[in-house]
Amino acid sequence: MSETHRKLERSAIGFVLAIIGVSAIGGLVEIAPLFTIKETVEAAKDMRVYTPLEVAGRNIYIREGCYACHSQMIRTLRDEVERYGPYSLAVESKYDHPMLWGSKRTGPDLARLGNKYSDAWHVAHLINPRHVVPQSVMPRYGWLMKSELRVDDAGQHLAALRAVGVPYTDEMIANGPQDAYGQANPDSDKAAGVSQRYGEATNVRVFDGEPNRLTEMDAVVAYLQVLGRLTDAAHRQTASTKE
Amino acid sequence: MCARLPDQISPWFVLIGYNLFCVVAATGYLMGLTQSKEYAEPEWYADLWLVIVWVVYFLIYLRTLQRRQEPHIYVANWYYMAFILVVAVLHIVNNLAVPVSLGHAKSYSLFSGVQDAMVQWWYGHNAVAFFLTAGFLGMMYYYLPKRAGRPIFSYRLSIISFWGITFMYMWAGSHHLHYTALPQWVQTLGMTFSIILLVPSWASAGNALATLNGAWHKVRDDATLRFMMVAAVFYGLATFEGSFMAIRAVNSLSHYTDWTIGHVHGGALGWVAMITFGSFYALVPWMWKQERMYSSKLVEVHFWLALSGTIIYVFAMWNSGIIQGLMWRTYNENGTLSYSFIDSLVAMHPYYIARAFGGLLFLAGAVVCAYNIWMTIRLARAQDTVDNSKADIPVPQPAVALQAGE
Repeated sequence: MSETHRKLERSAIGFVLAIIGVSAIGGLVEIAPLFTIKETVEAAKDMRVYTPLEVAGRNIYIREGCYACHSQMIRTLRDEVERYGPYSLAVESKYDHPMLWGSKRTGPDLARLGNKYSDAWHVAHLINPRHVVPQSVMPRYGWLMKSELRVDDAGQHLAALRAVGVPYTDEMIANGPQDAYGQANPDSDKAAGVSQRYGEATNVRVFDGEPNRLTEMDAVVAYLQVLGRLTDAAHRQTASTKE
Repeated sequence: MCARLPDQISPWFVLIGYNLFCVVAATGYLMGLTQSKEYAEPEWYADLWLVIVWVVYFLIYLRTLQRRQEPHIYVANWYYMAFILVVAVLHIVNNLAVPVSLGHAKSYSLFSGVQDAMVQWWYGHNAVAFFLTAGFLGMMYYYLPKRAGRPIFSYRLSIISFWGITFMYMWAGSHHLHYTALPQWVQTLGMTFSIILLVPSWASAGNALATLNGAWHKVRDDATLRFMMVAAVFYGLATFEGSFMAIRAVNSLSHYTDWTIGHVHGGALGWVAMITFGSFYALVPWMWKQERMYSSKLVEVHFWLALSGTIIYVFAMWNSGIIQGLMWRTYNENGTLSYSFIDSLVAMHPYYIARAFGGLLFLAGAVVCAYNIWMTIRLARAQDTVDNSKADIPVPQPAVALQAGE
């Protein structure tokens, strides 16, 4: 062994090639099949895409670093399922570019947060977490209420997401800004198109409690309320294992 | 034998370019511009800049190697080569993304969901392996034998550990995704390789410690060498802990808790920072042509600050992490969960104070280090004006055979 290696050590280029070859194997074996083996991601016919408002909310969630303290991945462990709800399926983050599974829970997991609390609870909690959870150490995000949401580029965001594989239609992209506004203003004439394009299950309502304004709070709450609600696949799976 | 870096401009380009990248990355983070990928937060424009800097870095490195007078490439340089190459591959693949437009800082990752998670942790775990380990092993293999005045204990162990690390680390990333929606076969592969990885890791740590045989009196007297010795010990401990935590059952407790934070800091403070401090204290006097640092006492002070800071920090995180993990899974007699999430958060409080205290000690040590280096350079400058005759060529120490069997 030593003698062969002594020869290799004399050639910088040989060493470069050897390192590339040896280090490439693990990744190829573990990653490439995830794109080709069909069972990796479950089929879920009811899986829907994020609306432009939810995409904007998700981007604020990323901007504010929420993922550093909150995971979105319930593991297949009894206590996690009892604490948070049905364990997460791969299909649920199929349209998450990037995924926000997280790796640290300073705060609780959020994978099944949608519909768990009211919009008003979320608004109060984000303005000051201590108002609803006295011992909380989460920072305040009150300015979300004051900042107008930027939606003029909503179509561009959807187009970029389509480029990486999310099935947005031309119509969705063209109506991005209107749909973002309409989803948080049910009384406006822009609201009807939202459920038409994204499905009847879409939440169309005043998320931040202030109609006629579109704030970052609207976007974040809309996103939090859809966590774990893009498909019912996980609930169906749990129901069938219980039988 | 030493070979000088080629060119006069490109090394400066790499130095300034890399630091510029760090500034762009950190300021972007403060402004909320992040990809949200761990260890890969910088957005696409910063990533592209880093690729340019990194390619230049690699070319300088390769050209320097080709100017060497010694026919064999020493083990320290194997690690540097692996560090530069593999980090480049990881960085490019994990950061593949489509920007919203050329005028937008925001981009969307090419991968999603489970594939993205696997790519991210293939990257993330090997950022630890090749960014935070390989380069620092290179430093250890050079500075530790040099400072101890002993040849490296075993050439064969060096070969085994180098190729073992280069091959096996790349399989281990999926242990970050135990019990998740990642297919179980990938989790199992990750766990298996993580456990085998202990062999090459301990081969390196053991090789370093065995090199000190015959020089233990120096470890006792010289805090610089002691920094390196403790770094090798922490490397051994952290890699053992890492293999242990990669076991699925253990991971079910440790994942998402501060135990992970404790593990990372055992590596980052105990291993990576300590070997760096040791290397600084060896390198600075050589570079400024001094016999020793400005103050050996301050090196000693730094050593104890760094060691106690690390130990307090890591113990605090171990405690809080294990308590957290246990509280989350504790059931009462009725078969329901005993603690709410907020209970587990409140229980962390004392440990976060201990952690801050440990971190403060460690930081104080780094300030002492900066002062000591600053004063050493000042002293050298003062002497330089008196005696201007020294040539501007690095003076290698009298030849010490660095490879066993020669």
